[in-house]
Amino acid sequence: MSVLDLLALLPIIVIAAAAVVVMLAIALRRDYRLSAALAVIGVVLTIAALPVSFGMAPTQATPLLVIDHFALFFMGLLLATGLAVILLCYGYFSEREGQNEELYLLLLTAMLGAVVLVASSHFATFFLGLETLSVSLFALIAYPFKNKMSLEAGLKYLTLSGVSSAFLLFGIALIYGEVGTLFFQQIGALLRNSGGGDLAVLIGIIMIVGAMGFKLSLVPFHLWTSDVYQGAPAPISALIATVSKGAVFAVLLRYFIVSHANDFEALFTVISAIALLSILAGNLLALLQNNVKRMLAYSSIAHMGYLLVAFVALNRIGSQLTVETVSFYLVAYIITTLGAFGMVTVLSSAETEADALEDYRGLFWRRPWLAGCFTAMLLSLAGIPLTVGFIGKFYIFVAGVDGGLWLLLLVLIIGSGIGLYYYLRIVFQMMKEPARQEDQTGGAIPWPGGVALSVLTVLLLWFGVFPGVFMELIQGMAAP
Amino acid sequence: MILVWLIIVLFIGGLLAGLAERWSGIAPRWIALAALTIDACLVIVLILDAESLAVSATSSSWITDLKWAWIPRFGITFHLAVDGLSLLLVALTVFLGFMAVSCSWTEIKQGNGFFHFNLLWTLSGVLGVFLALDLFLFFFFWEVMIIPMYFLISIWGHENRAYAAMKFFLFTQVSGLLMLLAIVALVFVHYQSSGVFTFDYFDLLDAALDSTVAFWLMLGFFIPFAVKLPAVPFHTWLPDAHTQASTGGSVILAGVLLKTGAYGLIRFVVPLFPEAAHAFTPVAMTLGVVSILYGAKLAFAQSDMKRLIAYTSVSHMGFILLGVFAWNAIALQGAVMTMLAHGISAAALFMIAGGLQERMHTRDMGRMGGLWDDVPRMAAIALFFSIAALGMPGLGNFIGEVLVLLGAFQVDRAMTVVAALGLIVAPIYSLIVIQKAFHGSPSEHDTIRDFGAREMTAMGFMVVATVWMGLYPQAMMALSEPGIREQGSGIRKEESKQEIHTFGSPIPDSRYLSRGAVIRGQETGIKTSGSSIPIPGPRSPIPESRTDKP
Repeated sequence: MSVLDLLALLPIIVIAAAAVVVMLAIALRRDYRLSAALAVIGVVLTIAALPVSFGMAPTQATPLLVIDHFALFFMGLLLATGLAVILLCYGYFSEREGQNEELYLLLLTAMLGAVVLVASSHFATFFLGLETLSVSLFALIAYPFKNKMSLEAGLKYLTLSGVSSAFLLFGIALIYGEVGTLFFQQIGALLRNSGGGDLAVLIGIIMIVGAMGFKLSLVPFHLWTSDVYQGAPAPISALIATVSKGAVFAVLLRYFIVSHANDFEALFTVISAIALLSILAGNLLALLQNNVKRMLAYSSIAHMGYLLVAFVALNRIGSQLTVETVSFYLVAYIITTLGAFGMVTVLSSAETEADALEDYRGLFWRRPWLAGCFTAMLLSLAGIPLTVGFIGKFYIFVAGVDGGLWLLLLVLIIGSGIGLYYYLRIVFQMMKEPARQEDQTGGAIPWPGGVALSVLTVLLLWFGVFPGVFMELIQGMAAP
Repeated sequence: MILVWLIIVLFIGGLLAGLAERWSGIAPRWIALAALTIDACLVIVLILDAESLAVSATSSSWITDLKWAWIPRFGITFHLAVDGLSLLLVALTVFLGFMAVSCSWTEIKQGNGFFHFNLLWTLSGVLGVFLALDLFLFFFFWEVMIIPMYFLISIWGHENRAYAAMKFFLFTQVSGLLMLLAIVALVFVHYQSSGVFTFDYFDLLDAALDSTVAFWLMLGFFIPFAVKLPAVPFHTWLPDAHTQASTGGSVILAGVLLKTGAYGLIRFVVPLFPEAAHAFTPVAMTLGVVSILYGAKLAFAQSDMKRLIAYTSVSHMGFILLGVFAWNAIALQGAVMTMLAHGISAAALFMIAGGLQERMHTRDMGRMGGLWDDVPRMAAIALFFSIAALGMPGLGNFIGEVLVLLGAFQVDRAMTVVAALGLIVAPIYSLIVIQKAFHGSPSEHDTIRDFGAREMTAMGFMVVATVWMGLYPQAMMALSEPGIREQGSGIRKEESKQEIHTFGSPIPDSRYLSRGAVIRGQETGIKTSGSSIPIPGPRSPIPESRTDKP
């Protein structure tokens, strides 16, 4: 390991150091604002370190990690997402009782896991990154441990995540047993040379896909999603829905492309079926919900299904367009999901979580700007023009048409139609007359959350109307 | 640039109207009026441009054209252009915008600013639809216009507004995604044959399509337009949406939004897929005829006044479908005239129904009756527009429907004969309104106010427009003629191949329809074709001098 390698790994080092600093700061002096500020500074410094690595990319820094444009792009995306989550957490937890300083430590370690995950080129880092992320998430979900729902959600996530890790390890072992290496690159080369893989490798990959399906909450591995989203504090639900899923999707994509897993035709049949089921089940189940967090949970299942459509097209349209599509869609999905959960966050008070549909009644007449932002988020989730969600959906259409996936596209259209129904239900609730006149919960929303939401709304409209520049950026950055 | 301003003025006007509510309850209305006035001036400039273009007799039918880069990654441009056809519809949109503001003047009491914001944004989106010549941009506007419309229905609508608004949104959105799929597929087919990735209308016109592919793609375009039009069996959203929307919303919905479907058929389905659309003619014509008769029958069966008018729209839109798929210029002109005339007459009828509801708090005609004595002015105007809607010669709707029948007769006699029955049932459903609401024994009701000066002015404009269209349709037809001729190049191709008319002589010269035609034609140098087949002209490039450059 040379000094240059260390320079390339600077973002990972900085975020890890930030976690340590926050931990030490808590040990010295318990101060909520201090630890939040340190966390923000740490993430900002990490983002500032990205250009240093960018100058050296692409480079294989140690056998375990690869720092290329793809990794750096996702690092930037996930770190920015994490920053928004920290801002949302600040207002949300400042009112709550308990010792909330460690929250920021956990957020930083979760981000560390995500950053390692997107840069991993080896099963060891793959697994380490994933576990760092997951272990932080268990604690974060159950952070308000006096709340029964949170505790239950944390436990559920812990158990199921353990099972999925076991699957992942078994899958890795099967592949290792067959090819004798844990390097993505070498696995790919060996599989190509042997003229396609055999059954053990295929089963191994399917197990990995299953484990990842759990993290991405794809049908039929989705059963935990709604309970965990509902039980977790709103900003933490946002973290699970965005950072965790984004990182896992990125590493899965890298693995598939680098190790030529797309040579297996059978695999794509499996993934097609998963995509189809996720779109239909996610949307249909979301219809039945009266809790906004549960609704968003099911809608995120459907969105992961949409994203898989581009993934299925991988071996027909080539990696360039797939990576572009997935990257853009993930950006769109992250912006909107963060925004939607952010809205739940800023409306929640210390006593109650604002997640019942009824809580949003008349919001438009009480807080027009907030309701306007939420409407934009919901329309973006539904994929309506002027929002970034539409451009994302357009990308999926392009990838799907290019790959000739007509059945999946039709299912996507049906799913979008159903999706529209439940998104508009929330919008309609906001438009209704307020139920009670004195219903003025809270007053001003916490400013960090307000800043985060404003920035997200601006980005949502900006990328929705002028996506050209951003597309070029993705085109240049996103090739593993 | 003028085309961008058309859209931007309404867009900014909407924002200002939304913000202005804070300091004055009345300000949003005046801001909306101001924005529409600016747009009206721009439209007049464009019409004058079109006239001078006609005099100079250049070969292009495009009055002005503007193309900016937008999303280069996919060859998507911000491409707006206007020809006579779109210009007429733009003018209709702006005109009805005034009417919608006028009829909401006292009706909308809550959320005034947001109402006008939505109204102007809907209109802005509709203008975009009529002007866009990039398929992506078209789709963009197509979807954008339905969001504010959804709010117009769901916030200021009547008792069952949530259901109606949701149904409206779902129908348009899901069918819209089919169109997006078809657009992307068309672009890819074009890409495979030419190696150029583009969403531009003119480039895609040349796409070489396999007949099966063309059929599916055509269907992908046809369905969303048929939903919007609406044609049976995709019409079920319409009665709900129209009935539940506030008056201003109904005016925009019936007057303008339905026309976007018809416009899409003329602008996209026929020119992009001439062969496939031609093969589809029997189905489309049948749908048109069924819409005419079924809409008329259902209209007759309604007791809710707005619902009745909504179903008459289905019936009238059937004529448009028939006209577009008759594959000749006369029928196409008829379809365009029907679009304009129906836009105005349906809007006027909705304004009357809305006025009655505002005064009597009911739309049930069973609870009206004998209103003529109380509100003579309103009654007279209702009678006028009922008669216009039933197709009385001398008024706009007559011209449109007769031209459609005339054109369709050459193609399919049986179908046309059945469609003509629509002209017989129209008086029944039109006059039943007058009979139930304004004649008969007086109903129990409080004293109600007749139309005041504001309402009479608005109605006056609409009456004049209807009479003008009825007596001197050539003014509009000359404007839309070059555009239609251009669409005709596709038609010509089809006709020569298929030898459709095997009977009869070419249909009469348009001078029989309007004496003004000949003089007009000589004056402007537009050659009014004597044959049913429009003058074929290869699609002509836009003159350089008129092209706005970024």
